[in-house]
Amino acid sequence: MNTNTDIDKTGFEQELAQHIITALNLDIGLAEIDPLAPLYGDEGLGIDSIDVLEISLVLTKQYGVQLRSDDENNAIIFASLRNLGNHILQNRTK
Amino acid sequence: MPSIPLLKFHHPESVFAWQDGKTISAQRFLTDVISLAERLPARAYVLNLCNDRYRFMVGFAAAMLRGQISLLPPSHTSDLVKRLAQHYADLYCLTDGAHRPGSLQTISYQNLSDVSLLQASMPEIPATQVAAIVFTSGSTGNPMPNEKTWGAISRSVTAEASRLGILNRGDLTLLGTVPPQHMYGFESTALIAMQGGVILHAAKPFFPADISALLNEIPGPRALVTTPVHLRALITSNTDLPELELIVCATAPLSRELALQAVERFGAPLQEIYGFTEAGQIASRDTASTDEWRTFDGLSLHQKGETTYVSGGHVVGELPLSDITELHSDTTFLLHGRTADLINIAGKRTSLANLNHHLNAIDGVLDGVFFMPNEKEGNTTRLAAFVVAPELDAREILKALRLRVDPVFLPRPIHKVDALPRNSTGKLPRTSLDKLLQQCKRGC
Repeated sequence: MNTNTDIDKTGFEQELAQHIITALNLDIGLAEIDPLAPLYGDEGLGIDSIDVLEISLVLTKQYGVQLRSDDENNAIIFASLRNLGNHILQNRTK
Repeated sequence: MPSIPLLKFHHPESVFAWQDGKTISAQRFLTDVISLAERLPARAYVLNLCNDRYRFMVGFAAAMLRGQISLLPPSHTSDLVKRLAQHYADLYCLTDGAHRPGSLQTISYQNLSDVSLLQASMPEIPATQVAAIVFTSGSTGNPMPNEKTWGAISRSVTAEASRLGILNRGDLTLLGTVPPQHMYGFESTALIAMQGGVILHAAKPFFPADISALLNEIPGPRALVTTPVHLRALITSNTDLPELELIVCATAPLSRELALQAVERFGAPLQEIYGFTEAGQIASRDTASTDEWRTFDGLSLHQKGETTYVSGGHVVGELPLSDITELHSDTTFLLHGRTADLINIAGKRTSLANLNHHLNAIDGVLDGVFFMPNEKEGNTTRLAAFVVAPELDAREILKALRLRVDPVFLPRPIHKVDALPRNSTGKLPRTSLDKLLQQCKRGC
């Protein structure tokens, strides 16, 4: 695993990554989340649907962003930390 | 031979289902069932993977008309589908989506809305016909089959609808957050509409905003059929819901606190359902006000030694409960947790023995064990695993497991160790594993 991607993350992506690690009880350091790796499925973080629900709760609480499952962009939104971060920045209400 | 009609209580013109913001009449449902039945291949077993709950029901009913049996396995991992295909040689798959198991002949659900309405009489299905086989995960990697006759499942959901006070409520729509392919969703969102006379909602909302939006689209009285995971998500996200007549919850134990919050926030009574694969649903409780479960009408419990059995009503013979039970009477009881081997995460069930079997079947794994840490309130508790596998890294082990077990059971984290703390008889006492977990957290 790439362990030195921290320099690539923006400040907001670091904040978001920390929220995800806390919400999912992930046993990894901030530096281990590659901002361009997939979040979902068997590569990257390998999160599953229950995790996605947990992440959605964090997004609502922290940023006022509500995810919808009929959003055709979900696959793109969860394609990476960077995409998720961009989605939040465009849709945040707080 | 006694038979039971496919639909009870619904008149031909009455609303049977909601799909994509439109109503579907009982007659339309019958037309779709009969039309699809003519298009199904001549096979004995079907794996129905339709995502849309209405299409799932049409598929299930059409298969029954053809005398075919629907298989409901605990998950749809490629390993499990292969095992099923080996055991049920002429199994085929019916699907309305992208998930197509490579190892099975697959039929796409066709849109049947162009077929003009048939003036067919209500089909009657023999009560003794096996309609479905529901599997528990078993302990050796091979799922254990439980045959469900049409008569037994009809009686089970009729008892449920009656207990919930919604039998023959043709104006009430049930929205479910659980899939119809597992026992709870199968009975409490799908079959209950066919046999209990309520309206089925085709959608399976996931995020709190989905649940709220769909409930708001339903014009009449509505009920939510859900799980503790989704209830907690709705409350945590502060989601507003329209007026609900009832909340039904099952799959994992619901805390009194969460039940009280749900009742207060959504202003609706909440009924928690208890059941298990072999028997179906057997009891309910008003969790916000009592810990005590009450069996459905006609069922009773008795104890032999330390095991509690249920019999009567829709239960065939007598069946042992896998939970530790304290009887108050032959119809009221408390549950004191599952017996140690059973694992329930987010409503999906398996056993540690089954998971350990799959872990140790991986090439390169010399020894390995799954471990359930003590549960914490709040977040969903995940399994950990200790693995002796000098040639593999955690990522490779995870990749191999992913083919064999449902994602919610994947260990988080995997601890690679030099040896497991087996005692002189080869067993792994929980206290030793607890100690090992603490060591690993400090860095092993």
